[in-house]
Amino acid sequence: MAAYIVRRLLWTVLLLLVITAVTFLIFYVLPSGDPAKLRAGRSPSPETLAAIRNQLGLDKPLYQQYGEYVWNIVRHFDFGNSYTNNQEVRTLVFSRLPNTIFLVLGAATIWFLSGVVIGTVSAVARGSFWDRLLMGGALVAISAPVYWMGLVSLYLFSDDIGKFKLLPGSGAYQSAHGLIDKGHALILPWLVLAAAFAAIYARLLRSNLLETLSEDYIRTARAKGLSERRVVLRHGLRSAITPIVTVLGLDIGILMGGAILTETVFNIDGVGRLAFDAIQRGDLATIQGTTVVLAFGVAIMSLVVDILYAFLDPRVRY
Amino acid sequence: MPEPLLEVKDLTVHFETEDGLVQAVDGISYSVERGKTLGIVGESGSGKSVSSMTVMGLTRAGNARISGSITFDGRDLLSASDADMRTVRGGDIAMIFQDPLSSLHPFYKIGDQLIEAHRSHNAVSKAKARDRAVEMLGLVGLPDPRRRIDSYPHEFSGGMRQRVMIAMALINDPKLLIADEPTTALDVTVQAQILDLIQKLQTELDTAVVMITHDLGVVAEVTEEIAVMYAGRIVEYGKSDTIFAAPEHPYTWGLLKSIPRLDTPRDQELVPIFGRPPSLINKPSGCSFHPRCPYVREAHKKVDPALEPTGGADPSHKVACLLPAETRRSLWAGLRTGDTPDEVLQEVEIPANKLSPSAEGQTGEEVAGQ
Ligand SMILES: Nc1ncnc2c1ncn2[C@@H]1O[C@H](COP(=O)(O)OP(=O)(O)OP(=O)(O)O)[C@@H](O)[C@H]1O
Ligand code: SF4
Ligand SMILES: [Mg+2]
Repeated sequence: MAAYIVRRLLWTVLLLLVITAVTFLIFYVLPSGDPAKLRAGRSPSPETLAAIRNQLGLDKPLYQQYGEYVWNIVRHFDFGNSYTNNQEVRTLVFSRLPNTIFLVLGAATIWFLSGVVIGTVSAVARGSFWDRLLMGGALVAISAPVYWMGLVSLYLFSDDIGKFKLLPGSGAYQSAHGLIDKGHALILPWLVLAAAFAAIYARLLRSNLLETLSEDYIRTARAKGLSERRVVLRHGLRSAITPIVTVLGLDIGILMGGAILTETVFNIDGVGRLAFDAIQRGDLATIQGTTVVLAFGVAIMSLVVDILYAFLDPRVRY
Repeated sequence: MPEPLLEVKDLTVHFETEDGLVQAVDGISYSVERGKTLGIVGESGSGKSVSSMTVMGLTRAGNARISGSITFDGRDLLSASDADMRTVRGGDIAMIFQDPLSSLHPFYKIGDQLIEAHRSHNAVSKAKARDRAVEMLGLVGLPDPRRRIDSYPHEFSGGMRQRVMIAMALINDPKLLIADEPTTALDVTVQAQILDLIQKLQTELDTAVVMITHDLGVVAEVTEEIAVMYAGRIVEYGKSDTIFAAPEHPYTWGLLKSIPRLDTPRDQELVPIFGRPPSLINKPSGCSFHPRCPYVREAHKKVDPALEPTGGADPSHKVACLLPAETRRSLWAGLRTGDTPDEVLQEVEIPANKLSPSAEGQTGEEVAGQ
């Protein structure tokens, strides 16, 4: 197990190196992304360009540039400065990350729990009215665009512009203070972000559980005289939920790179909005920073998931 | 005669499906006495599992239509409540299955699975249940049970897993053990060990056993009585010795010819039964075995034979075949010496439309009118 973790960590490092290399190549080497041109304003003279190149170290050989770039990331998590608002990208990312984490973890809790409950009810009552209602609702939640759902929920429930003034609306998170207030302000964004995921998880769990319930060991559990409740929850769900934990880990990892739409609609200063703004302004250093955070999120969560899986499924040995 | 432990009468289990009504079990009757063993033999799909699962109350939910009666230890199981059936399952009646790997939960230690089985029927502490589990694992011959109790199913060999299943089934001292093809998934040498174990424990614990198999060879030494099933019916029933020495149903003959035996001539070939098991939705008319039977007569396609005493030496011996008893005996006499069905057909003349006496009474006119 320890050897496996070490091996996985080495792989993760390698993966991150590849990702930084790719982002580096895309942003520094492709002509459209020449940072010197971007900084120099309209139709710069060749001398100005050369001066900027020199200042940014762009006249050095490529491998040296990349080496310095990686070294700065490794040593200080330093992506350089954001050209547009002249702040360190590192500071920007770290100030936004907690907001994204709060948003994502809250939503993940909601979608995981509701997905499991809905999926279980649907599987146990398969073919019934409730099954059809829940799965129909899930299909709607999956098909509805997050952006649209966010706006509709604001229009219906936010306490400023909403029809039913129930919950804090867009921008409330930024002005809230303290964990409780912030959490309260996040209820609507949590629900909007969680909706589609909950629906996907519910469908996934339903089909997993149905498959599990036809397994031989479920027949054994029934033959032992266990209550149906125990058969479903302790024997069925235990197996059906395991693959979903994997999916959950990866989804959380991906969302560490920002829940762009939700953050935008609800005006939450998260990594997603940072990335979104950076893309709109062509702010390369910031785009790189957020991309690497995303890669980090995915790489680390997939490691966590793999380790967790070995605990959940005793047959898995590394 | 003492009251049997399990008495199944006219049990019918039909499943409503999109394709039509699956007549999985179609009016079977059998009984098992305390401490005794009944073998149920038949090809895949003949309804062996469905009938036993019904005894356990496990076919109740969903699309099954069940009728007849099942009396166990004086109680009517078909009308028992679901809660009552739960106390019977795993308590008085236990069951083991074909594939011991897929029948144990892969995520739980075997000890936990045994303890759960014990504690769901007995109000005992975890420690007590654990002791009981260790005792049972020792009894079934698991080496070093005190340590191995904390292993997961995948850490055992197939034979050991089946031993674990047996330990779990017997942990609550059931009066009846239903073993549904307990050796089919195992190596030949392990098969014998598991059969020996079941037999040994059965005598020690005085448990009655229903042994389900598609292999007559498996039940030969283990069972007192044998029921041969075909297409949801019992087509022959009798003491084990009778079934092996004087079988009277062509399907049983086919089964016997398809297994290697010590008492048959060495050069005799094993002959698989020709054809495939019938659809249970549109069963063949008359005798359901007729499309595959080498001895079929025109009348057998119309008249449905009942299971009736053969009138032979074994009073429990019954058969569902329309051939006259003498003809059946002459045919078997030829077959057992190694003749093929074609050869015996040349030697034995089958009366064209003469049916066994009872069938004749029921359908005499129809047959005579042909
Ligand atoms: N729930 C169900 N719905 C519809 N058909 C079913 C159902 N359960 C069993 N059957 C059908 O009933 C028939 C008898 O099945 P059963 O499992 O009893 O056969 P078997 O004699 O045990 O065969 P095997 O040797 O393969 O175990 C099969 O054709 C099966 O497809
Ligand atoms: S009744 Fe006829 S068809 Fe059926 S088993 Fe007997 S001989 Fe064969
Ligand atoms: Mg079966």
